[in-house]
Amino acid sequence: MASTEIAVGIDKVVKRYGPVTALHGVSMDIRENEFFTLLGPSGCGKTTLLRCIAGFEDVTEGVIRLKGGDITGLPPHKRPVNTVFQQYALFPHMTVIENVMFGLLRSGWSKPEAVARADQVLQLVQLGDFAARRPAQLSGGQQQRVALARALAPRPQVLLLDEPLSALDLKLRQAVRMELKALQRETGIAFIFVTHDQEEALTMSDRIAVMSEGRVQQIGTPREIYETPLNRFVADFIGETNLLDVDVRSVDNGMAAISLPGGHCFTCPAAAVVQSGKGHLSVRPERISLCAQGSGDLDATVEGQVYLGTDIHLQVRLADSERMTVRLQNSETTAVPETGAAVGLKLEAGAARLLAD
Amino acid sequence: MPAKTDLRRFPGFLTVTILCLIVLYAPLIVVAVYSFNASTSITRWGGTSLAWYVDVFTGPEAPKFQQAAINSFVIAITASIIATAIATLASVAMTRTGRFNGKTLSFALISLPLMVPEVVTAVASLVFFTAIGFTTGLMTILIAHIVFCIPFAYLPISARMQSIPDMYEQAAMDLYATPREAFKLVLLPLMTPGILSGFLLAFIISLDDFLITNFVKGAGVETLPTAIFGSVKQGIKPNIMAISTLMLGISVIFVSLSWLIGRAGQNKAKEN
Repeated sequence: MASTEIAVGIDKVVKRYGPVTALHGVSMDIRENEFFTLLGPSGCGKTTLLRCIAGFEDVTEGVIRLKGGDITGLPPHKRPVNTVFQQYALFPHMTVIENVMFGLLRSGWSKPEAVARADQVLQLVQLGDFAARRPAQLSGGQQQRVALARALAPRPQVLLLDEPLSALDLKLRQAVRMELKALQRETGIAFIFVTHDQEEALTMSDRIAVMSEGRVQQIGTPREIYETPLNRFVADFIGETNLLDVDVRSVDNGMAAISLPGGHCFTCPAAAVVQSGKGHLSVRPERISLCAQGSGDLDATVEGQVYLGTDIHLQVRLADSERMTVRLQNSETTAVPETGAAVGLKLEAGAARLLAD
Repeated sequence: MPAKTDLRRFPGFLTVTILCLIVLYAPLIVVAVYSFNASTSITRWGGTSLAWYVDVFTGPEAPKFQQAAINSFVIAITASIIATAIATLASVAMTRTGRFNGKTLSFALISLPLMVPEVVTAVASLVFFTAIGFTTGLMTILIAHIVFCIPFAYLPISARMQSIPDMYEQAAMDLYATPREAFKLVLLPLMTPGILSGFLLAFIISLDDFLITNFVKGAGVETLPTAIFGSVKQGIKPNIMAISTLMLGISVIFVSLSWLIGRAGQNKAKEN
């Protein structure tokens, strides 16, 4: 379990490249023994932040602390953190075990100790038999595990992972997710994991920081991020959602009374910052059920369907021409309405959430 | 049948090709063949013999050629090692720095010697050495050779360098290597094929150089090309053909090595 001790403290970090600002005063605390994910679209600053923690980039303003000690100005080789690179960056002229021993020998381990430790870590990632191979002789998945072993061998205080799964194919990626999570529990150190893949983030993380345009949008557990997004960006980026423009009648004690398109009145939780007036209603496609027209919260016309195997996504259009997606579980008993059919949509209690921009 | 757009289908392709090959290689072949001529004539064939090769090593002109060969190799080895070291540092500096004012200018300055007419460099070097009162001799040849070898060494090294992403050095530093260790243990081994290739190219360029050497060598100091030229002025003897053929052989070996090493490095880079 993640403790409350802070492994990495990031305090108002600003990073500018000439006129371009990549990080606008980012702050967050990453706890000991925590699988922490920086999630966001490309260009949101997540990799820049990781490189600032590793020491490959200088921060323009702000402080980065490791276990309470200021490491802001230290060069990479003086920071007790290790990185798993996106392209692995295994040294092609060295064997697997030489790669794993590199960090050990540079940080003062004796040769025999380094060999023993490298062996141990290679066993941990199930590559004990590959010690004498060259990286080019390994598959992508094996190279990825060597990169992990190399980064874990010197017992870093924090492990940084820069989209390490993006070069693997889908099947392998799903298997490696679970392995990574298990490895994090075994080693008992904080992992800071960068990804643009929200599914990866949701399945592995203890906590997620959602970033966009150099700012932190929300930090929370996967459940918090998915179920109680703070703003429109987070709701839209994490999972699929329907965003409806609605009129807000009143907000009281975190609950908002709104009128849906079509005039139906609805009460739902509101993100703290929402004021009366206009707002966005986020409704997850799996939290909507179908009913007869007139008996639900919204009336719509079916426009088409997308077959996804386990699910069927129904595309519907509201009277005021807004489009929504409804997710139906695919089973023998599921009745899928024909295109053109008039349906009613019932929103589950607590399924919708009012958001500001 | 070659494809429609294949150059081989153009009329006259074969004729032009053969003509070019003859112009390029016929003189070399004549020299190589006649170096095995038993006769003292350079135009009439008098049977096969290795006499002229023996003459090169034991004949009346042997001491002169031996001294010239020693000078040539000493200069070529020293100049190419120093030029390669400078070119290596230059290519690291050119690829591991962000954009800076004068980057294009720097590249132009490094490669300019390739474009300046050699005779201009030769005259300029001589004028320079004379102006500063530097006695012409082996040292002036060496300095001049280092200078014109740098761009030749630079080209294969920087080509290699551009194919090495900086993530390797970052990974090394992330794993507690100091910048110096990262260079020595990671970057340098990865650059090695380019460095070897550049060294061999510089070596052969230095070994073959005549023009600049002839200007700056001073009285009594000879390298192989200048010694051969000196000999030829008194009439061409078949021993010159034997020496020329030997030099041709050495050049071909070194250029092939340079090419093979460069290609091996590229294949390795592709594997990763």
